[in-house]
Amino acid sequence: MSTASIFLEGISLLGPGLNGWEASRAILRGEQLFEPTALQVAAPAALPATERRRAGLAVKLSMATGLAAVEHAQADAATLPSIFSSTGGDCENCHSILEVLASPERMISPTRFHNSVHNAPAGYWSIATQCTAASTSLCVYDATFTGGLLESLSQALASAAPCLLVSFDTAYPEPLYALRPIPYPMGVGMVISPVQTPQSKAVLRLALSQDPAMQLADVSLEALRLNNPTGRSLPLLRQLALGQNGRVVLDYLSDCQLAVEVEHV
Amino acid sequence: MLALRLGAYTLTSALGTGLSAHRDALCHMRGGIVKKHWETVADEFCVAEVASLDDVVLRPDLRHYDCRNNRLAQLGLEQDDFINSVRQAMARYGASRVGVFLGSSTSGILSSEVAYRYRDPQSGALPAGHRYRETHNAYSVADFVRSWFGLTGPACVVSTACSSSAKVFGTAQRMMACGLIDAAIVGGVDSLCLTTLYGFSSLQLVSSQPCRPFDGARDGISVGEGAAFILLERGDQPQAGDIVLSGVGESSDAYHMSSPHPQGLGARAAMEQAVQQAGIALTDIDYINLHGTATPSNDAAEDAAVTSLFGTQLACSSTKGHTGHTLGAAGGIEAVICALALEHGFMPGGVGSQSRDANLHCNYLLHTVVRPLRHVLSNSFGFGGSNCSLVFSRVDA
Repeated sequence: MSTASIFLEGISLLGPGLNGWEASRAILRGEQLFEPTALQVAAPAALPATERRRAGLAVKLSMATGLAAVEHAQADAATLPSIFSSTGGDCENCHSILEVLASPERMISPTRFHNSVHNAPAGYWSIATQCTAASTSLCVYDATFTGGLLESLSQALASAAPCLLVSFDTAYPEPLYALRPIPYPMGVGMVISPVQTPQSKAVLRLALSQDPAMQLADVSLEALRLNNPTGRSLPLLRQLALGQNGRVVLDYLSDCQLAVEVEHV
Repeated sequence: MLALRLGAYTLTSALGTGLSAHRDALCHMRGGIVKKHWETVADEFCVAEVASLDDVVLRPDLRHYDCRNNRLAQLGLEQDDFINSVRQAMARYGASRVGVFLGSSTSGILSSEVAYRYRDPQSGALPAGHRYRETHNAYSVADFVRSWFGLTGPACVVSTACSSSAKVFGTAQRMMACGLIDAAIVGGVDSLCLTTLYGFSSLQLVSSQPCRPFDGARDGISVGEGAAFILLERGDQPQAGDIVLSGVGESSDAYHMSSPHPQGLGARAAMEQAVQQAGIALTDIDYINLHGTATPSNDAAEDAAVTSLFGTQLACSSTKGHTGHTLGAAGGIEAVICALALEHGFMPGGVGSQSRDANLHCNYLLHTVVRPLRHVLSNSFGFGGSNCSLVFSRVDA
């Protein structure tokens, strides 16, 4: 099985009781109790005023996740190709459209409609950061993070340039919530580079694998891993927070997992 | 970048099922857009609908994926011996070395649109048996195709509005370049739904008659549906006559969510990159299959981008007048149209347009031209300012 290597330049984490990468490290290491309290995300100042007012949780979360990762990497957002991965995109917006379409009126608002595209958060990102580089928005059901990491890996290696991964998931309101329960929103951002730089924190060696996905010993973190697709990243985040070298296997698809060897630099 | 061989390809749209129906319609300039009451929509709309999707029955072991979008996917897969070509590729490379990367803008959201009409009056719950994961979720169509073949390699759905199924060619190319896979099923599937019909109407972007790309009287799109599948393989030893993906270019407008950059700067950057990656000169391109949606601003921006890069002589046309705008499937469908054009040596004349807008300056073909082609470019641009251009080439003897 072929292995491909990338360098982690910057990382961000926003989730229930996980208020940023630095603040979350002790929790991931198991030194501090994980309490999944509600996540508060402000609309970033980078967005134009009208968009900032209208921005729903998906746009706020993805933008805050991306900006924090770029800042951690001391990179320039305007130059980075991006990968936005999410299982449902802006789920609140989708629910509103479905409600209106089931009503006698059916006339959905133009803003709701253009915000319904899966790449709306990526579109807002490019406008806010004035980034004209390539941007790909994708969905892999429960493999939001793992699918996004693979796409980012191939983007960075094939273009021989760094790129940004924004993995984020929010929930639908009822009635879709019952079919797709995601109790807590979560975002993980990474800036990765094909070559080592002064900013490199770790080298990640990735390979597709048949090994079973790794679980977490902490019951509440394991619950978060399972109930938010972006949470599937947690074994890797824990390894990075520990500052130890080692191998984790992340949940990806049936008959296909993603093994990541972490070596800190 | 590695040129990838199109080992097999097929498409299904309002023009019919499979390659020969499309070749015939393209050469003879026959369109598939009709004005009708679709589903429960009160007003008549011009739509490009795939015939008899209601009669398609999914393979029994995959019937939990049943929805309009996956029916269209299955109907598409069943044409042109595509299934057999994939099975042969699986035998050559192994089931874990064949990826599935498909584009869709709305996947099977129609199933949730209908389910929301039948919520329980007391609890608000959706009807029992509604399958969100296998129908509505954006990934459902790639999941369906991966399950159809029993593949165990990487998979995703790229959903970047109307550039979705062009961008999957880039995903496959990059995954092959870093050695993760040897082949991939790429393409796109998008089916009619209320979100897009009412949504484009709300933006006043739907034409009252079959769409007229690049015509001075153009007034919007005609929404269509379709499926395109392409088997991409490493092109290490291309044979004469092979059609290859030779270049991919991608960019973002960073300008507006639903309007293109007026000078088409993002579109221009995508075209430039695609030609550059193909390792050819701009003058080597023989034909452009335009995005050409027939909205006033889209066509004007694309015209500005094309003429600023290629001048005003290069032959180009949009096939949206034939197939309607199949949104997330458009990139894949037009990639296959480019492959047909290269294979059989023709440039399809645009359907629906009477005369080229006097304010637009590219060499828009109003009639089909028969001549051998070597390199063609396909444009796909979407909401959120997502741009993708692809170069396809025919390998010489």
